[in-house]
Amino acid sequence: MDSKVKETIEGKINNDDLHLFMKGTPLFPQCGFSSTVVQILTYLEAPFSSTNVLEDESIREGIKEFSNWPTIPQLYYKGELIGGCDIIKEMFEDGELQEELKDIINN
Amino acid sequence: MAIKKEKLEEIIKKSFPKASINIVDLAGDDDHFSLEIKSSKFNGLSRIKQHKMVYDALEGKMGGELHALSIKTINEE
Repeated sequence: MDSKVKETIEGKINNDDLHLFMKGTPLFPQCGFSSTVVQILTYLEAPFSSTNVLEDESIREGIKEFSNWPTIPQLYYKGELIGGCDIIKEMFEDGELQEELKDIINN
Repeated sequence: MAIKKEKLEEIIKKSFPKASINIVDLAGDDDHFSLEIKSSKFNGLSRIKQHKMVYDALEGKMGGELHALSIKTINEE
């Protein structure tokens, strides 16, 4: 992966606590899985920034290589991959996501 | 792109020969599946590691031939 792409990705995941690589935007998600994660974060009132991977093919492919995770969306918290839609949904249903994100929820 | 349900099961069984597997073709288009897989190989691993094992088992088909796969991994006590 091109070092510039890697730097861009690292900048994004280290800039904000919670960063979502998704297809589309929070207002206009372009994929059901991305939309589900946005809805969960919105419901939890967890502030997050996002990247629309559809706008940049190098990011869309680079993020998969970066995390060795083949799908989009990808949610990062404090620079670490938490998971894709399945894992976020499971954690939310188990109450684990609320616990994990408690530092940034309600403040 | 698409993949037959039987083919998908065959590929996964190569890496998880003893697992119990339940695959559902969600949209009837060979492209959107849900996979429930129960294996002792997941025991003690984080969800991310468990899901990465499943993605690795798919031999790079995830995102290519296989458009959408929702995964549910279950430990086997």
